[in-house]
Amino acid sequence: MTELKFEEALARLEEIVRSLEQGETGLDESLVLFEEGVKLARFCNNKLDQAEAKIEVMLDAGQIETFEVKD
Amino acid sequence: MLQPVSVSELTQQIKTALAGPEFQSVAVQGEVSNFLHHRSGHMYFSLKDSNSRIKAVMFRSRNQRLQFVPKNGDTLIAVGSVGIYEPNGEYQLYVDLLFPQGIGELHLAFEQLKEKLEREGLFAAERKRPLPVLPGRIGVVTSPSGAAIRDIIHVLTRRYPGVQVLIFPALVQGAGAPASLTGALAMAQNTDVDVIIIGRGGGSFEELSAFNDEGLVRAIAASAIPVVSACGHETDFTLADFAADLRAPTPSAAAELVVPLQEELFEHISSLQKRMVDSLRRRIQAERRYLVQLSQSPILQRPESYLNQLRQRLDELWTGLGRTQRHNLVLRRGKLESAVGKLETLSPLKTLGRGYAICQNERGEILRQADQTREGEVVHVTLQKGSLSCTVEGRRI
Repeated sequence: MTELKFEEALARLEEIVRSLEQGETGLDESLVLFEEGVKLARFCNNKLDQAEAKIEVMLDAGQIETFEVKD
Repeated sequence: MLQPVSVSELTQQIKTALAGPEFQSVAVQGEVSNFLHHRSGHMYFSLKDSNSRIKAVMFRSRNQRLQFVPKNGDTLIAVGSVGIYEPNGEYQLYVDLLFPQGIGELHLAFEQLKEKLEREGLFAAERKRPLPVLPGRIGVVTSPSGAAIRDIIHVLTRRYPGVQVLIFPALVQGAGAPASLTGALAMAQNTDVDVIIIGRGGGSFEELSAFNDEGLVRAIAASAIPVVSACGHETDFTLADFAADLRAPTPSAAAELVVPLQEELFEHISSLQKRMVDSLRRRIQAERRYLVQLSQSPILQRPESYLNQLRQRLDELWTGLGRTQRHNLVLRRGKLESAVGKLETLSPLKTLGRGYAICQNERGEILRQADQTREGEVVHVTLQKGSLSCTVEGRRI
């Protein structure tokens, strides 16, 4: 699941919700979908929570340096 | 002696002579006369100066976007190509763009380049790509010292506290700006950024001219990564704006378009979670109701009453059979019983009951004659109840 992109996870989650709401799957399959949905939601939340802001600047030589914002 | 050619052949030769670049891309200034806006939507007129006159046509598809209505006596600059109208043998100017005399050289060049790139399809809506919902890393091509970069960082971090930004410094003004911007954009292509903002703070038409550079505009259109242009002008568009996947009026606006509001996404996901839980709960309730309904059905509630019903039905059916059919049934049952009786008299068990016995030799053969055995052999005698093992003492054959 680490390879998953945020929008892919979100799109799949939306699809699962739609399919559960339309009740087009059997109960067993619904439970499987639900479990997948819970995992996806957790994954999305984790992605959103991830990391602090990182502002970097690409130097001419191809080196990357942290960028200082001057007010 | 010259070989004569047909009029059509000569016309074709003239047409070929006019096909060169010096006649295919011209800008000409003159005074409008004989202006006619035909019902078909096409505009027909002449451009003249003190010595010469040229016929001109501007087709409807071209004149629809004209910002003004030309009239006789106006001095205008027409951009287009020279062609020949074969039926009349007249050459004329096919006008693509038309400007009032006062337009500056820079604007004229801008309009001409815009027309050219538009015709190539560089600005086509179907070329525009969607931006990622949540970009992992955002590339920003701009001056590292201007207000634009500060505005962008401010908005990005406010909307999305975990934002990852990689800045590609570039000159945004002056003679070196187009090459610098194009180089920075090219460098961004080799990084892991998911979207690129390219722009600068507001400025005059001349100050924004780097963003009208043909090379840069083509590089934006060719970018493998979606590009948002942000040239700091609410009303005027640069060619970079047309080529970008999305145009933002200002650098701040570009930052808003590029990252979602973190809280909104959190809310969206939690609402999806809630909907998922609700629908599963509803589903389970519905299944449970159905189960209750099933378990309350009469057959599961009181099975014996169901059986009684079946018995009653059988009785009714029996009564319902006609007397003859009933008689037949009784008769057949009688026949069946007598057949069973006969079968029983043949049964060896019945015979044994009358005192007879069955005698078998060691090979299990039933003995019917005395010579089937020999003296000293052990034979088995089956009685109605139990059996005997006997030794043959003598035989009478």
